[in-house]
Amino acid sequence: MNVLNLLQLAWRALLRNKLRAFLTMLGIIIGVGAVITMVAIGEGSKQSIRSQLSSMGSNMVTIRPSSNQTVGGGARLGASGLQTLKVTDAELLKKQATYLTAVSPAVSANGQVINSAKNWPTSIQGVSPEYLSIRDWKLKDGISFSDEDVKTSSKVCLLGQTVVDNIFDPGEDPIGKTIRFDKIPLKVIGVLEEKGENTFGQDQDDIILAPYTTVQKRILAIDFIQTIYASAIDENSSALATAEVTTLLRKAHKLQSGEDDDFTVRTQAELISTISSTSELLTVLLAAIAGISLVVGGIGIMNIMYVSVTERTKEIGLRMSIGARGLDILLQFLVEAILISITGGIIGVAFGLTASKLVSIFLSWPTLVSQSSIVLSFAVCAITGVFFGYYPAQKASRLDPIEALRYE
Amino acid sequence: MPAKILEIHNLKREFRMGSETVRALKGVSFSVEAGEFVTIMGSSGSGKTTMLNILGCLDQPSDGDYLLDGVNVKQLSRNELARLRNRKIGFVFQSYNLLARTSALENTELPLLYNPGVSGKERQSRAVKALEAVKLGDRLHHLPNQLSGGQQQRVAIARALVNEPIMILADEATGNLDTRTSYEIMALLQELNQQGKTIVFVTHEPDIAAFSSRTVTLKDGKVVKDMKNPAVKSAKDALAALPVNDDY
Ligand SMILES: Nc1ncnc2c1ncn2[C@@H]1O[C@H](COP(=O)(O)OP(=O)(O)OP(=O)(O)O)[C@@H](O)[C@H]1O
Ligand SMILES: [Mg+2]
Repeated sequence: MNVLNLLQLAWRALLRNKLRAFLTMLGIIIGVGAVITMVAIGEGSKQSIRSQLSSMGSNMVTIRPSSNQTVGGGARLGASGLQTLKVTDAELLKKQATYLTAVSPAVSANGQVINSAKNWPTSIQGVSPEYLSIRDWKLKDGISFSDEDVKTSSKVCLLGQTVVDNIFDPGEDPIGKTIRFDKIPLKVIGVLEEKGENTFGQDQDDIILAPYTTVQKRILAIDFIQTIYASAIDENSSALATAEVTTLLRKAHKLQSGEDDDFTVRTQAELISTISSTSELLTVLLAAIAGISLVVGGIGIMNIMYVSVTERTKEIGLRMSIGARGLDILLQFLVEAILISITGGIIGVAFGLTASKLVSIFLSWPTLVSQSSIVLSFAVCAITGVFFGYYPAQKASRLDPIEALRYE
Repeated sequence: MPAKILEIHNLKREFRMGSETVRALKGVSFSVEAGEFVTIMGSSGSGKTTMLNILGCLDQPSDGDYLLDGVNVKQLSRNELARLRNRKIGFVFQSYNLLARTSALENTELPLLYNPGVSGKERQSRAVKALEAVKLGDRLHHLPNQLSGGQQQRVAIARALVNEPIMILADEATGNLDTRTSYEIMALLQELNQQGKTIVFVTHEPDIAAFSSRTVTLKDGKVVKDMKNPAVKSAKDALAALPVNDDY
């Protein structure tokens, strides 16, 4: 028997029992469909997290103070009360760090912003003009403040779109108006482009930017800074930048070799990989659950193949009596099992693609169908066919011709 | 002297059924020469089918030897036996054993499927020829349940002929046929026999046995009579002698 005969034979056997063949395939269809859809959902969310994170500026390096002293019981002080970062640190990095392109000190305060009768609780971020390039943020309207404004702590600010929407009437031009943040009058000189929500669901447009000196002196009355934002020269040099920043700041803070850092350096690349690996895990979990249903589908095939072998014992006996070898019978049933699983696999792929599409349309979840998941689940279901079809087929091939012929 | 195509020595076959043992064959010995047309006769339950199954390599004897074409079948592997059944033996079952829901043509093609030397095209033309030989040229695409018992039997005969075996083993191949069709089948077998095929034919009917060159009679699992037929009747002549009118 050649492959064509075998396929023809198997195909006819399936057509003879269409409903049964379909129900057997259903396990595989659902299994393959589930693998593809689940992986598509997992990959889709990974992709969207990734793109959101890089919209925050994928080269961004964040330096925050941290305690290097353990206070009783091993607990460490939280970052908020720490005053280890100074403007001079930022200036030092700007001058000496070769892997950084832009550096901005930052301080922030929460408060109420008021424009005539309207007010809105928001936060103000004191930064240097370079902050906009670090965050890859553009102005929609107006101009940014300058280094001169920083030097003179001038009372100017840039507004995020959410703030504009909440304290100005629709159609009102905020540029040139004076607003008050915690009683400090600030002149609006620009409006920031909308950024939308970040990965964690925070509204990135609910913010006011001002020179950091203004926030330090006029609002918070402090001389330290809370954060240093910087840009690594490119995404791949984040690690080098981190090392360099660490060396420079340890020297500036006069830390001995045994002492812990009194700051932490975080890069966006690092954050991306952390979050990606979390969602990677999610993808693997989803795929595993879906994979189990594929195995269940395989067991369904095995079950039906056993039934089929028993039902067709007489046929097997007859085929053997006219010259079929054990191998011929084995192949006949194996090809039938594989045909069920592969046909199921093809329908399953179609089902998975459709389901992924529907999920992204109706649930507006991002989905990304990966080719590898199609190839993988297809391969798995072919293997499933072979694996679960083999034992029933082997049982058939070992029958004794005359015994099988006598079977009632 | 022609070569012995099959030889059996003291062949025994026992069936164990729980504590009881049924002794279907109790030491049968005889041989058949190439080109012989042997009928096996005997009453029901005398062991004819049991013996034919062993001759057809479908069953193994409990004891004794069976030499097919000089080869002791005992020493052959399952695959070699399958090959023998496919190439050398054409077997007609007492109960036809056609595949259900499979057309007469496809049933007839079946042995050729397991013969890689035969192409798809040749397979079909040979099957059609075999069916025409048993006068079923107009029933190619009928399913077994759309055929009469006699027609099914003829499909089974066509299937046994199709792979051009050197030996045809038939178990009551005319049991369900009317006189005319039986004679036609016998004429066909005689023709095949003249072309050199060895035929072993199980039957109950003495007038069918008259068409063969030798009759072996079994009783209770033993050979009780083994006799050459001095005057072999020609089935063709017998057919011609039958009244022509068929419309009763
Ligand atoms: N598989 C079996 N198990 C037990 N006993 C069997 C088996 N096959 C045959 N027998 C017994 O062996 C004996 C011979 O049976 P066999 O079928 O060879 O008879 P037969 O001569 O072909 O009869 P018939 O003319 O009715 O076909 C019978 O008594 C039968 O009961
Ligand atoms: Mg019998």
